[in-house]
Amino acid sequence: MFETIKKLAGSFGVSGSEEQIREVIKNEIEGKVDEIKVDALGNLIAVKKGSGKKIMVAAHMDEIGVMATYIDEKGFIRFSNIGWVWQYFALGQRVMFKNGTVGAVFFEQKLKEIKNLKLSNMYIDIGAKSREEAEKKVKIGDTACFAGDTVMEGTMVISKALDDRSGCAVMVKTIQDMPDTDNEIYFVFTVQEELGLRGAKTSAFGIMPDIAIALDVTDTGDTPECELMEVKCGGGPAIKIKDRSFIAHPEVRRLMEESAKKIGIPYQFEIMEQGGTDAGAIHVTGGGVPSGAISIPCRYVHSPVETADITDIENCVKLLRQCLKDA
Amino acid sequence: MFLLKNLTQIDGVSGNEEKVREYIKKEIEAVVDEIKVDKVGNLIAYKKGTGSKFKLLLSAHMDEVGFIVTGYSEDGMVKFRPVGGIDQRVLPGKRVLIGDKGVKGVIGCKPIHLQEKDERDKTIKIKSMYIDIGCDKRDEAEKLAGLGEYIAFDSKYTELGPDCVKAKALDDRAGCAIIMELLKNRYEFDLYASFTVQEEIGLRGSEVVGYQINPDVAFVIEGTTCSDVPGAKEHEYSTELGKGPVITVMDRTAYADKELVNFIYDTARKHKIDVQFKKTATGGNDAGKIQRSRCGVKVASISVPCRYIHSPSSVMSMKDYEGCKRLMEAVLTELESNNDYSLKILNGGNCNV
Repeated sequence: MFETIKKLAGSFGVSGSEEQIREVIKNEIEGKVDEIKVDALGNLIAVKKGSGKKIMVAAHMDEIGVMATYIDEKGFIRFSNIGWVWQYFALGQRVMFKNGTVGAVFFEQKLKEIKNLKLSNMYIDIGAKSREEAEKKVKIGDTACFAGDTVMEGTMVISKALDDRSGCAVMVKTIQDMPDTDNEIYFVFTVQEELGLRGAKTSAFGIMPDIAIALDVTDTGDTPECELMEVKCGGGPAIKIKDRSFIAHPEVRRLMEESAKKIGIPYQFEIMEQGGTDAGAIHVTGGGVPSGAISIPCRYVHSPVETADITDIENCVKLLRQCLKDA
Repeated sequence: MFLLKNLTQIDGVSGNEEKVREYIKKEIEAVVDEIKVDKVGNLIAYKKGTGSKFKLLLSAHMDEVGFIVTGYSEDGMVKFRPVGGIDQRVLPGKRVLIGDKGVKGVIGCKPIHLQEKDERDKTIKIKSMYIDIGCDKRDEAEKLAGLGEYIAFDSKYTELGPDCVKAKALDDRAGCAIIMELLKNRYEFDLYASFTVQEEIGLRGSEVVGYQINPDVAFVIEGTTCSDVPGAKEHEYSTELGKGPVITVMDRTAYADKELVNFIYDTARKHKIDVQFKKTATGGNDAGKIQRSRCGVKVASISVPCRYIHSPSSVMSMKDYEGCKRLMEAVLTELESNNDYSLKILNGGNCNV
């Protein structure tokens, strides 16, 4: 499992530029499903045929990042955010462009008070001496993700982009050991979730599933002096009750809870005050789709050091497999 | 430039696009195969292709920002609220036209010599402004400017300097005018054009346009922000006047199809047309809704830079306008002959429903 997460989380795939991660995932699942396709927006859809219910499982393959918007005559790059990037998380970090160019993110030094820090007074230094030199490596509109290794300490994985490559890893593992069921399953690795659940909306329209399950990370309430939240790392998969984008369908929620009980894994319930996930776009598609979500508890979401417990991720695979059989 | 001049002299505040629609319809009727107005008021034209390989949509919005009458004071002043995003600092002293009758008015506020010192330092809020239509009684004002009537800026189309024009509603009558000119040509692919309603209040017309037409690829032609002015740093310029049409990589509503963006850029280079990329990722347009209709649509936005956008006096360079038109002509022609990209359009378009 760790190797799969490392491979997926280490790949490049800022929202709108998912080409690389899509290829990596495609290679992992090739031959394990009946059909693989890529739609107009770039969603990767893997289908296991069957005569039972049509189930859509979605995890987004995009990650947050930054986009080069201007290069000055000394070769420094100004940027804007792709998805929610907190300026304080970006400060002093390394970012990596798709072609492998690494840059340091820093801020205009005359800024007196750190509370005035904004992305617009920060820049990326890729070591270029001039605009011309910089433009050989990076052009306006190119995107970059946080750079850094995926490591494991104890049972905890620390990496960029666990949001939502850990969810993708759960899907990949499920596909590689496909559950025995008559249900027709559409595994969708969606694009542009971080920009507003965009890929999920169009892929759900094409599939018109009977049930949908999203796999994504959730915030936790288990770190020093944090906001109160009833989710902790190591507590098992979090069965979503609600977030800002949707309220889980009670039948789907019950299916998840009963499946978890049947296989005897720990689980917890999640109510997330901020943020949403692909199910938010899927559940209002067509005449409506009963939808739920299985979440991976993850600390420091949208930072370069997202941290999650690998036992939770492994249990998510078990839970998803069982749900697909029981649905 | 009679098209652009005529279009910017018509009022079409969001939700009240009839007059713009009638004008466009009359102008293009003869050159298209089919034309209709849908249930929310979008004007949709169709021109069959000679080969009908795929469906291509060109879209621009007919509506403009403005105001709506919301009430009256006892002494005959009209209270109003904005329709669309408007910088309230530009309003006091501006002339407006109310409703189909075109009742003249000026936007007023508490005069400067009556303002307290701290009031002078603050922005005057729309809430405390009013429109003076020369009435001194509430019932007189009610008769002239009915509740819910639309209010448009009163601003003449004027040529400025060697290349520029000043007008209201260049966003997005510039796009409408360009598409009207492009419709004169017939292409291999099926060509649809939509002139949408209510873009300025949340991309509403385009949401149903995308669903109805279900195109394989779509181009949104827009007027976009331009901030190459004193007080802005160069890295804060969104676009620059006179540097050519603008390609948007990403804004708040859409991330353009990357291959399509590259295709447009390469076409511009090939045809020696100056282009620029938008340097900010703010704002949004109809591309966002069209991209996400049905199973998804490959989209790109091409824009003409407009300084002081959403004000009564937007300034645009005719060089950029002409460049935008030439670029779109080149892109559509290249799409016919460039089979590589045409194939990509088709391969991405397989919708199950």
